[in-house]
Amino acid sequence: MNGLTRRQFGLLLGAGASTLAMPAYLRAQDKPRVVVIGGGPGGATVAKYVAKDSAGAIDVTLINDGETFTTCFFSNLYLGDFRTFESITHSYDQLASAYGINKVTGRAVSVDREAKTVTLADGSTVPYDRLVLAPGIDVIYDSVPGYSEEAAEIAPHAWKAGAQTQLLKEKLDAVEDGQNIVMVAPPNPYRCPPGPYERVSMFAHVLKKKGFTQSKIFVIDPKETFSKQALFTEGWEKHYPGMVEWYGPDVHGGLKSVDVAAGTVETDLDTFEGALLNIIPAQRAGAIAIDAGVTNEAGWAPIDAGSMRSTIDEAIYVIGDASIAGDMPKSGFSANSQAKVAALNIRADLTDAQAFPARYSNTCWSLIETDDGVKVGAQYEPQDGKITALDAFVSQPGESAELRKETYEESIGWYSGIIEDTFA
Amino acid sequence: MSARPRVRVPETATKGEAVLIRALISHQMESGQRRDNAGNLIPRRIINTFTCAFNGHPVFSCDLAPAISANPYFEFSVKATESGTFTFTWADDDGSVYMDEQRIEVS
Repeated sequence: MNGLTRRQFGLLLGAGASTLAMPAYLRAQDKPRVVVIGGGPGGATVAKYVAKDSAGAIDVTLINDGETFTTCFFSNLYLGDFRTFESITHSYDQLASAYGINKVTGRAVSVDREAKTVTLADGSTVPYDRLVLAPGIDVIYDSVPGYSEEAAEIAPHAWKAGAQTQLLKEKLDAVEDGQNIVMVAPPNPYRCPPGPYERVSMFAHVLKKKGFTQSKIFVIDPKETFSKQALFTEGWEKHYPGMVEWYGPDVHGGLKSVDVAAGTVETDLDTFEGALLNIIPAQRAGAIAIDAGVTNEAGWAPIDAGSMRSTIDEAIYVIGDASIAGDMPKSGFSANSQAKVAALNIRADLTDAQAFPARYSNTCWSLIETDDGVKVGAQYEPQDGKITALDAFVSQPGESAELRKETYEESIGWYSGIIEDTFA
Repeated sequence: MSARPRVRVPETATKGEAVLIRALISHQMESGQRRDNAGNLIPRRIINTFTCAFNGHPVFSCDLAPAISANPYFEFSVKATESGTFTFTWADDDGSVYMDEQRIEVS
C-alpha cells in the first residue's frame, strides 16, 4: 500500500464494493454486451468462451428456453438403451457460477436490429452490442402432407431432443412383434445427416433384443442417397437381416401423405403401415433467426466463412444448425467448433483481442449395433468465401470388430469432452 | 419374415399409350454365400423368377441371381391395348409363389 493513505485505500475499497453491489444491467452499461440466444452446443460454448477469455471485459447473457439442455446427439443411443435420458441432459449452473454468465430462462420472441434489443416472451427486453443466434432448427410440419404439431404428439419427429424423444422411446418400447415401424426421413439440408439411419439402427437393436422376428422397419426417404449409406446398409444386413427396408424416391415414387391416427404413410407406390410412425419433416433455422431477418429464402442464415458473422447484419453472428456453413454438416460438433471461431471474432470486435484465421472441425459418429461404431468427418477452412472441407475421412465397409469398437469408444470419449467444453 | 408384393399400375390409360408398371417385393434375397455367427453357410433363398402377364399373356419376365440385393424392384413400360388384368408372380427358392393382380381400364 505504498503511496496510498488509509483514507485513499478506503475510498478505493468503497468504490470497488459499490461496483460489485450494482445490479448486472447497470454494470453492463460500461462494458460491451454480448447476448446469446440458444443454449445448445453452439450457444453455450460461445457464451462460455467469450466470458472466460475476456476475463470480465465483456458482459455475456445466455438466453435459453429451459433450465436444462438435452443433447440431440446421443439421443438415438437413449432410444437404443445405451444411455439414460439423464445422462444426455445438462444444466447451465456451471456456466453461470464459473464464468459469471447471466443466464436468462425464457423464450426470445423478437429482435429489434435498429435498437439492438431482444424481446422475451414475458415482454422484457435485453440490449446487446453483439448478438449471437444459435437457435438450432425448427421442423416444417406441413412439408409432410397430413403432419402437424398436434400429429407429432402421436407420431413424434423427435428431431429436437426432449419430450419428443421420450415420447418416441415410449412408443418404440410399446411396439409388439409383427408390428412395423415407418420412418419418413427428411430432405436435405437437415440437422445430423446420419441421424435418421443411426435411429433406424437403434430401433432395430431394440426389436432384435426382444427376439422379434416378424417386425419390419420401413424408411421412406425423399433422398436418392444418404450419409454413410454403404456402412449402414452393410450393418443392417449383418445385424438385422430382413428387418430394415429403405426406399428412395426412385422406388416409392414420392411421399403423398401421412395419417398418424391410422398409422399409414402413403407413397406413390403403395401405403406403408406402422404401429409407430416417426415423421422427420423438412427443416429451417430456428424461428428467431427468421424473425430477425438474417435468413435467406430457404430459411437458413448466410454467414462470413471466416468469422460466422451474419452477412446481413454485422452486429449479429449465427452459428450451428441455423447457419449456412458450407461443407460442414449441421451437428453438435460443428456448432461447438463454429462457436469458438465466433467467440474469438466477437472478442476481437469488442476488445483488443486478436482474431486468428478460422479453422473448424467435425466428426459424426453413429452406432449401428453394440460396439459397431462408424464415423465421418473433416477439417475445414474458409476458401473462396465458403467453409470448405479438407482432409475428410469416413469409416469403411468391412472394418474389423476391434476397429468398430474403438470408433464407438472414441465417440463416448468425445461426448464427455464436448459436454465438458460446452457446459462446464 | 414373409415376402410382400407392392405393385403400382395406372388405373386408366388411353389405347396405344405406354404405361409404367412398378413392382416391388419385400424379400431378403439370401445369397447362399454368407455365414452365420457359428461360421455355417446360410442357405440360399432368393426370388428366382419374376413374371408379369396381361390377360394371361406374358409381357415381361426375368430370372434373378443371388447377387441381386434385397427387396428387388422392377420398373418397365407396357403398351396399353385393351382393358384387362395384370398378373404378377414371384417364385421363391423355397417353392413359395407370391402373386398380385392389378386392373387397368383402357379407353
